[in-house]
Amino acid sequence: MSRRYDSRTTMFSPEGRLYQVEYAMEAIGNAGTCLGILASDGIVLACEKRITNKLLDEIFETEKLYRLSADMVCSVAGITSDANILVNELRHIAQRYQLQYQEPMPCEQLVSQLCDIKQTYTQFGGKRPFGVSLLYAGWDPHYGLQLYQSDPSGNFSGWKATCIGANNAQAMSTLESEFKEGITLEDAVPLAIKIMHKIMDQNKLTAEKLELATVTRSDDKTKMTIIPREKLEKLISEREKLAAAEKQK
Amino acid sequence: MDFCIGIRGNDFVLLCEDMNAAQSIMLHKQDHEKMLDLNDHLLMTRTGNLGDGVQCAEFLQKNIQLYQIRNGYEMRSSAAAHYIRKYLADTLRSREPLEVNLLLGAYDVISNTPQLYYMDYLGSMATAPFCAHGYGAMFATSILDMYYHPGISVDEAIGILNKCIKELKKRLIINFSKFNVKVVDKDGIHKLPTISVEDGIHTH
Repeated sequence: MSRRYDSRTTMFSPEGRLYQVEYAMEAIGNAGTCLGILASDGIVLACEKRITNKLLDEIFETEKLYRLSADMVCSVAGITSDANILVNELRHIAQRYQLQYQEPMPCEQLVSQLCDIKQTYTQFGGKRPFGVSLLYAGWDPHYGLQLYQSDPSGNFSGWKATCIGANNAQAMSTLESEFKEGITLEDAVPLAIKIMHKIMDQNKLTAEKLELATVTRSDDKTKMTIIPREKLEKLISEREKLAAAEKQK
Repeated sequence: MDFCIGIRGNDFVLLCEDMNAAQSIMLHKQDHEKMLDLNDHLLMTRTGNLGDGVQCAEFLQKNIQLYQIRNGYEMRSSAAAHYIRKYLADTLRSREPLEVNLLLGAYDVISNTPQLYYMDYLGSMATAPFCAHGYGAMFATSILDMYYHPGISVDEAIGILNKCIKELKKRLIINFSKFNVKVVDKDGIHKLPTISVEDGIHTH
């Protein structure tokens, strides 16, 4: 069957590159930004929403943030329909583990297993890779709070702070200078807002266009809190005041 | 025809098994060790079919080791217990069911607690402060009911173990000559002196 289709999706170029994987990453480079910062007492995930038509009915609470299990959450950047498939698969993997071991799946194992699936699309079958990068935020008893990033190639790594989607390079360079070891959530949230404000400079940052969640641990439970709109508006206006003050200096 | 017993203290779990390897009326050997270290803090003993027991135990041991190599940390004791239980439950309704009853002694290094799991060939599981498998279990459980108390020490547990063995020698029709004893605690699995019925059973 697959010989009728172009199987070049899974073959190397003469220079040793996988073009389809690179093209997938191009697609993600045009998608809404997702930023993650691992603080000492929590993880903050900030996402730029692209779908903001006022006629849209709110069926789901969030556009880009998904809960994977009791202890893990993820944000996606890229083709939404591809992302839905991967999120569904992640949820299945997590529950299958829980069924077998009666304990929540450790973060790295979940990321690793999905990435093994993503990798097969770069090697077998003649199908295209998934046009999605994901940020994973979670907790497990082995390594505590963790932040991971994966891309269409099936590569993943753990991060202290990272960014995917549009303008991610700009965000990463800002993070490299502004991220401090041992940062707390109290400082990480305004930092995330600061960076989102900076990279969305052309299109003004409003609370409507932002989704922000924190992952914390208390009472032996992992809590995912989605920051409500009023609080976001307050944080954004504080950032704008600070930015205006810095400009005047 | 075999027998195994487990006793849990505050910071250890003691497992003891008979060392007979028998099939029907034929006694193959009397110094056969069935107990297996699944990882540094997981000890498993069994009763039932000899062949099934080996297949089951070695398969589980290798998979638990693979998990550790893949992930860099040991499988937690409760995770391992549930994994083993599910394995028994899955094989029950698939190919030839495994005719093994298990006792799993574990020390969870993250929460620093010892755990003793009792599993049977149908895939049921329970935790208990003390438990036993086999015909000998009927005698051993009564003795444990009388003498066990929470916070028992290793020496006290061995004392009760000797009482059980004395009772088995007296009242159980099956002859056991030697018993293999191991203990698991936060420092790992340790082999204790084999209890030999001929040399005399020492009750404290």
